[in-house]
Amino acid sequence: MTGLPVLTILIAIPLVAGVIAMFANANGARWIALIATLLDFALSIYLWQAYDPNGAQWQFVENVDLGGGIHWALGIDGIALVLIALTAFLMPICIGASWRSIDKRVPEYMAYFLLMEALIMGSFAAQDLFLFYIFFEGGLIPMFLIIGIWGGAERIKASYKFFLYTFFGSVLMLIAMIYMRSVAGTTYIPALMAYDFSREAQAWLFLAFLASFAVKLPMWPVHTWLPDAHVQAPTAGSVILAGVLLKLGGYGFIRFSLPMFPDGSAQFIPLMFALSAVAAIYTSLVALVQTDMKKLIAYSSVAHMAFVTFGLFALNRQGIEGAILVMLGHGLVSGALFLCVGVVYDRLHTREITRYGGLSDNMPGYSLLFMVFTMASIGLPGTSNFPGEFLSMVGTYQASTWAAIAACFSTILAAAYMLYLYWRICFGTQRHADAAALPDLSAREWWLLAPIVLAVFWMGIYPESFLRMTRNDVGRLLVRMERVVPPGDSHLTLGKSAAHMNHGAH
Amino acid sequence: MGRLDALLPELMLSIGGTILMMVAAFTGRRGSALVNWLAVALLLVATGALVGAPSHAGPVFDGLVTEDLFASFGKVMIFVASAIAIIAAHGWFERGTEHSSEYAVLIVFSAVGMSVMVSATSLVSLYVGLELQSLAGYVLASYRRTDERSAEAGLKYFVLGALASGILLYGISLLYGFTGSTNFTGLAAAFARGAPTLGLLFGLVFVLAGLAFKASVVPFHMWTPDVYEGAPTPVTAFFATAPKAAAVLLATRLCLEGLAPATDAWRQIVIFAALASIFLGGIAAYGQTNIKRLLAYSSINNVGFALVGLAAGGARGGSAVLFYMAIYVVMNLGAFLCVLWMRDAEGRPVESIASLSGLAQTRPAFACAMAFFMFSLAGVPPLFGFWPKLLVFQAAVSAGYSAFAVAAILGTVIGAYYYLKIVKVMFFDEPAAPYARVREPIQGFLILVAAIIVSPLGYLLMGPLGAVTDRAAGSLF
Repeated sequence: MTGLPVLTILIAIPLVAGVIAMFANANGARWIALIATLLDFALSIYLWQAYDPNGAQWQFVENVDLGGGIHWALGIDGIALVLIALTAFLMPICIGASWRSIDKRVPEYMAYFLLMEALIMGSFAAQDLFLFYIFFEGGLIPMFLIIGIWGGAERIKASYKFFLYTFFGSVLMLIAMIYMRSVAGTTYIPALMAYDFSREAQAWLFLAFLASFAVKLPMWPVHTWLPDAHVQAPTAGSVILAGVLLKLGGYGFIRFSLPMFPDGSAQFIPLMFALSAVAAIYTSLVALVQTDMKKLIAYSSVAHMAFVTFGLFALNRQGIEGAILVMLGHGLVSGALFLCVGVVYDRLHTREITRYGGLSDNMPGYSLLFMVFTMASIGLPGTSNFPGEFLSMVGTYQASTWAAIAACFSTILAAAYMLYLYWRICFGTQRHADAAALPDLSAREWWLLAPIVLAVFWMGIYPESFLRMTRNDVGRLLVRMERVVPPGDSHLTLGKSAAHMNHGAH
Repeated sequence: MGRLDALLPELMLSIGGTILMMVAAFTGRRGSALVNWLAVALLLVATGALVGAPSHAGPVFDGLVTEDLFASFGKVMIFVASAIAIIAAHGWFERGTEHSSEYAVLIVFSAVGMSVMVSATSLVSLYVGLELQSLAGYVLASYRRTDERSAEAGLKYFVLGALASGILLYGISLLYGFTGSTNFTGLAAAFARGAPTLGLLFGLVFVLAGLAFKASVVPFHMWTPDVYEGAPTPVTAFFATAPKAAAVLLATRLCLEGLAPATDAWRQIVIFAALASIFLGGIAAYGQTNIKRLLAYSSINNVGFALVGLAAGGARGGSAVLFYMAIYVVMNLGAFLCVLWMRDAEGRPVESIASLSGLAQTRPAFACAMAFFMFSLAGVPPLFGFWPKLLVFQAAVSAGYSAFAVAAILGTVIGAYYYLKIVKVMFFDEPAAPYARVREPIQGFLILVAAIIVSPLGYLLMGPLGAVTDRAAGSLF
């Protein structure tokens, strides 16, 4: 390992570029943003290469005492690494998606995006509790401004809702963090991951962290900010919100809730499963009746995030690895779907599904890519969401049959609402002349979507390259959780044939 | 016996202030710029004298005042904030009929009063300091005497302030009557003798009520919005910072030093006052359309958070209070300097929040600085205003008051709404008529410095400032 503070550079590049972009003109800001995000992507590829999955748990570690009881402590494990890579991958695409569609106050826009990238990278890399909180909360400010300034008609309400919901959840987490510091005497996350809080404290701490992560993820019933924020945000804002910011919630569960409060987590498994089940079925049904494309995809996000919570709280290898894969896959696919919506929105300036129809005639390229992402969202084998959803369901089945049944419904309903959406937009008769005259994807749009298509197939066909990175970390987490995992209700009993059992487990 | 060298800053300010008053009287309006700058220089020299002088001399004048690090810390804050309040007035009073030279002199005298407040270790010096500060304050509030609102503010402040002084004095007399001492150490000894009697409790409550008035803590906050709105803006900037910090520091010393054995008695009062301030300050600010009124409620809200640290008690709580007030002063001075720059095309001051509309497009740097102060006052990381809030909550949790901390922290969410509203007006709304450009490079520089301190760069201060506040709070015990 080199002595170079790679993670600090990873955070500093967008930060510095953001400040510079603020003072540039519109075109200058666009190029600065693109170059900075590409540099960060290159750096994340380097991290991916240099990271040793069989090496130490924490790599690229940096630690500087800032005084006042907070450390500039950075370091990543495999789980943080894959999420950093996802962020770095999506960011240049977001900048590209805003290249023409954002035409007012461009320097500010690019600056906020770069600032947000820095803060997200910081949240994934932080190893100090309060440093994490600062990055985690800081991300609210640029997103608040992005929704509020460049959003749709209801942008003000959406931006407030976004900010206050997440802020409310987070301050409860802050109190829990303060308590943890006063009891454990440290804010160093790896140390806290091995610290045993008392059983009763764990329950409260778990709930406090849940308040923050459940809002962020989001889980039913605190998901209501998400459809508003998504619908009103500009395309790139939605991409980054769905692709990365939501993942902070899942990441929080993996990094904090499970290892730090194993007893607390185990106590609340029924609650988590129940909320996930409601999210999986209820929000899928809500998605089914939406008439606004972005809202539909936003609700589908909530439903997909249920796979993350199902998988995580199954507390077994399949479940947790599945949850991580779902986070990655959903990051790619929902981001791509929002981009697809953005493509037609830029042309027709409406998100009403009924204003489109038969686009496969005049936009064949678009319809092809949209089809790929639709199938990926449904979880078709060979696409990115399949391995994750499958593993997550396998894991859930081992923990609770009923939860697994609910999760299955989510997949079925996902097929229903996504195919219905695709059918109404791309197939059928061309009812509207203006929609029928839309030109196909431009070169820029191909460049934005093609890398995601590749990544979607890569994840679907060879998920091992992602699983490899996180395998040991999930193993460590499972060792930590071993003591508390409750027996599942699907243990095999004697008296059934082997063939029958195999059939039942898969 | 008394050691005059320990009181060097106060002596310098008193004598210097008197001389400046003479200069002002004889030069009239022509000398106002000279008097202003001399007053600023005087305050800065006094700040320098704090660093050089034997500032840790301990009790002087038979324990009337003490010169410890706690007092010095408070004085640095007060002198610097007072100097900035004088600079803030630059270019403000010239157009009116007032003699702006007296403004600086009044602030210097007020600073003397405040510096006695933060070093007072006796009920008598406490009262004298408080009155000196308040008397100068009453005049300052009504400084623009041709303006009805200013006159109203002065009168309101005076009548209610006199009432509060009366309550305070009554409390002091009760405490003296039941303990036989006006000294903080004497009080502590009397309270330590056993459960406090009813008379002592009454005295304690009255004294705290009087101080709560000066610090504009709920339920004694009613004067604040009116006075802040009516007083000339530089005066409001002054009121919101130095006297407030002095009153909070005074309450901190009184509670932690003089009333330490009666902690259980005052803690419940402080907890109530803190929560009431946080919630009322947060909720009442919702409907405000005047930026000065809004900042008045914001200051009520913020003092509530500082009291969370006081309620926690101990060296840790004291340190958190000091840290909180220091950053609070910076944030508020920055915010008020921005408000001072809100002038319409003819150069007249405007105070409506609506006039900030679209500022991000007409004056991006101005809007950015203001947004920094607003997010920082709201306590949203990564801005530095988050850190002092974290410290007071930390103090409360480690003192075992987790439920209290949770209640207070929920107050930050309520408060966040109206700070967001200002950001929304500046960034999301369509531009209104642009402000006239104010050509005051020094004020611009001060805004820049304040913005840098509350920016994430402020976290570099965390270590050194935290070390100082720890030592300063440690000197109380």
